[in-house]
Amino acid sequence: MFAFIVRRIAQAVLVMLVISVIGFAIKSAVGDPVRDLVGIAVSVEERMALREELGLNDPLPVQWVRFVTNAVQGDLGHSYFFKKPALEVILKKAPATIELVLCSSLIIVLFSIPIGIFAAVKPNNFFSRLFMSLSIVGVSIPVFLTAIILIYIFAVELHWLPSYGRGDTVRIWGFWDTGLLTWDGLKHLVLPSISLSSIMLPLFIRLIRAEMKEVLETDYIKFAKAKGLKLSRIYLLHAFKNTLLPVITVGGVQLGTMIAFTVLTETVFQWQGMGFIFLEAVERSDTSLLVAYLVVVGFIFVLVNTVVDVIYGLVNPTVRITGRK
Amino acid sequence: MDTLLSVENLTVKFRLRQGDLTAVDNVSFTLGRGERLGLVGESGAGKSVTGFSLINLISKPGFIDSGSIRFEDIEITRLSDTAMRKVRGEKISMIFQDPMMTLNPVLTIGTQMIETLRAHVGCSRRQAEAIALENIRKVHIPSPEKRLKQYPHEMSGGMRQRIVIAIALMASPGLIIADEPTTALDVTIQAEIMDLLLELCATEGVGLILITHDLAVVSQVTQRIAVMYAGRIVETGDTQQIVHRPKHPYTQGLLAALPQHSNRQNRLNQIPGVMPSLIKIPPGCSFHERCDLCQDLCREQIPQLNEKSSGAHVACHLAE
Amino acid sequence: MVWLRRIRQSVMLHSFLHDPVAVGSAIFLLFFLIVGFGAPLVAPHNPYDSASIDVMDSEKPPVWEEGSDERFLLGTDAQGRDMLSTILYGLRVSLIIGMGAVALQAFLGITVGLIAGYGGRWVDTLFMRLADVQLSFSTYMIAIFIGAIVKASLGVGNFERIAVPFLIVVIGLAEWPQIGRTVRASVLGEKNKEYVEAARVIGLPARRIMIRHILPNTLTPVLVISTVQVANAIMSEAALSFIGLGMPITRPSLGSLIKAGFEYIFSGSWWITILPGIVLVLLILSINLLGDWLRDYLNPKLYKS
Repeated sequence: MFAFIVRRIAQAVLVMLVISVIGFAIKSAVGDPVRDLVGIAVSVEERMALREELGLNDPLPVQWVRFVTNAVQGDLGHSYFFKKPALEVILKKAPATIELVLCSSLIIVLFSIPIGIFAAVKPNNFFSRLFMSLSIVGVSIPVFLTAIILIYIFAVELHWLPSYGRGDTVRIWGFWDTGLLTWDGLKHLVLPSISLSSIMLPLFIRLIRAEMKEVLETDYIKFAKAKGLKLSRIYLLHAFKNTLLPVITVGGVQLGTMIAFTVLTETVFQWQGMGFIFLEAVERSDTSLLVAYLVVVGFIFVLVNTVVDVIYGLVNPTVRITGRK
Repeated sequence: MDTLLSVENLTVKFRLRQGDLTAVDNVSFTLGRGERLGLVGESGAGKSVTGFSLINLISKPGFIDSGSIRFEDIEITRLSDTAMRKVRGEKISMIFQDPMMTLNPVLTIGTQMIETLRAHVGCSRRQAEAIALENIRKVHIPSPEKRLKQYPHEMSGGMRQRIVIAIALMASPGLIIADEPTTALDVTIQAEIMDLLLELCATEGVGLILITHDLAVVSQVTQRIAVMYAGRIVETGDTQQIVHRPKHPYTQGLLAALPQHSNRQNRLNQIPGVMPSLIKIPPGCSFHERCDLCQDLCREQIPQLNEKSSGAHVACHLAE
Repeated sequence: MVWLRRIRQSVMLHSFLHDPVAVGSAIFLLFFLIVGFGAPLVAPHNPYDSASIDVMDSEKPPVWEEGSDERFLLGTDAQGRDMLSTILYGLRVSLIIGMGAVALQAFLGITVGLIAGYGGRWVDTLFMRLADVQLSFSTYMIAIFIGAIVKASLGVGNFERIAVPFLIVVIGLAEWPQIGRTVRASVLGEKNKEYVEAARVIGLPARRIMIRHILPNTLTPVLVISTVQVANAIMSEAALSFIGLGMPITRPSLGSLIKAGFEYIFSGSWWITILPGIVLVLLILSINLLGDWLRDYLNPKLYKS
């Protein structure tokens, strides 16, 4: 298990290095660090001097090493628009996005597992068929459209829920602005979280059902029945634990897609998170901020994928002992 | 010997789109307490389906169409799901063919043993664990304490089948149904597992129904044999008698096909042809198409199981 | 061989005709294809022609609502363009990009899959690692990043000019691993079969073996995946357009129409965003349902990740 974790971390570092190369490439091809620092109203000579000073005339590998060194120390460049370190700008917006993703994940987990299991155990039940039909409709509605429809119904027509922003937030731990602790903040979270989960939920219901159905056909489930175990134990322990393995793997991959969807959700709801600020950066050609977003999001992906793999290892005894999949 | 299990006129069908398919046709047999019966036949003869119907665990779309299965005082065919669950594992246990597939890969051996007992008997975890340890010893696996914490993939096939046997014994059942328990194992391991089963049936006083295609194995382990062909029992009786003086042409063919009976000829004796598919079982005796002795009567009338002079019951118009 | 194929096709047709959902979605899809590609002929107005647009006609509701104008069956948008016409033209743009992107994906996926599956060990490892990383980073995210970088470096004006080919390339590049992995898996499955062995023994060159012997066997899964991928590509395009990394509002796709109409739902002009939304959903749904049927019918061995 230890060797497995070490190998997994080494892989993660490798991927982060690749990301750093991409980030660096964007920065040196598209960005203009001089402008980021001093704006455009500076003479050519001063620019040249500043370029030299910043090391922009050094060979590319040297610049890349400097880029990585700075990045490790938390310096991802300066945001030209905000006049602040880019990482600081991104991280300030991270809690909004993370809370949104957490709430959506919660919705997905709470609904997909029972519905998926039910649909696998009773495939011919009326509700199973209904859920399956609804799920294919669900995967066919783009996230932003779900968001718009929800806004139209619950905000514009019914006036039940707010349609944009995070509402009241409270600062905890000195840096984290949370909307989870106020009634207003929670109300603002409802529509965005439902929108964000709207495609993943049916996807996971279908996935869990398919995997579970396959597991239910196996000999060990038949043997568990022959042992006279209760059906609840057979379904929820014997079958579900085996269903979990592929679901965890896909779950890790889908989290990436979900972060991509936060960009959409945040746009619709004017949700002041990382995705929202990222699109603003695109409009303003704020390269440092783009790169910072790339690195932060890349880091989150790598982190989550690594954690998912380790969890997979914990659930799957084959990995735990031999250290390989 | 008092009767433990009596099966009468059991018919099992599979509901297919084209219509119902009869996999087990009017099968009757009995088993005494602690008795060992071999259910022999080729694959597709209906022996596994018969075995699974005894605990009402036939894979869909199969179902028990008619007949009666009495175990002790219980009529299995009429039990509710909950009552049936109490029979499985507690009164009748089952051992499957492939030990690599039988144990749940993500649960420890201990969990899988203990849950079997706790599903039936109200006892503490600790008590169940003690019985689990005792049973691992009974199946001659060293260091039982360590085994409880292990996962199936850490053990060899033979070892796993021993664990499966230990699980089958957890709730001290009256009957074990073993469905080809050695087919998936190495030849050297096969004999060990059979010896173990034989030993445990004797010491624990458990009845055994051994489902197999291997007449040689059956003749060493069981007291009585029922030979199945295309869903029907064609011959049943005392093991030694059947092995040495088979009456049904099919049984004779099976025995002749065994290597030691072939008198060092160049070739093994084969029964010509193949068993008919269950979709189109021929009228009359289902074996008639492959039988050397076939007569007009055999093509028209299904022979009934009748007691013959030897004491065995044979379903053949021509056997005396 | 011809009669064999004919029977097979008739069985397929039979199964198809007995599935009302499949028939229904096929009819929908066919309808969308005809009116989409035939938009210049079918549409009552030309939304690209700024001369024919009158701002006075803006935000007219569909004809069944109060205050409508009978010239505009589905109402008009904020600039006074006929909704029906813009939706038809938008549908055309979405279909072109969706199908173009999948054509590119299929080309890349098949080529890389064949090379990875048939080629040496390290080629295989290289491509499949790349596919793994790409998939674990989510194809959407990659498309968004490429879009963002290209837009940031080109500037808005230049970006809009190359939007169609750009979207085709970016979605094609982002999504090739799906098909690539499937093709590779089938190649690995086919590679060691006797007929390939035989072809190799009689000295056929590797390229010929791949294209004439292995490729045909991988086409069924590719077909099934491609169908669903068209729906995905149309959805990706809509998403990119919605966040401003796709089609400009002057030459809108369904996604950019939804984006442009979004702010007007607050003033009650729901049709500007909801109507193109409905068309988008029906289009994606009909492709997905058809893909489902195709998968159930052909039942290919799909690559399981």
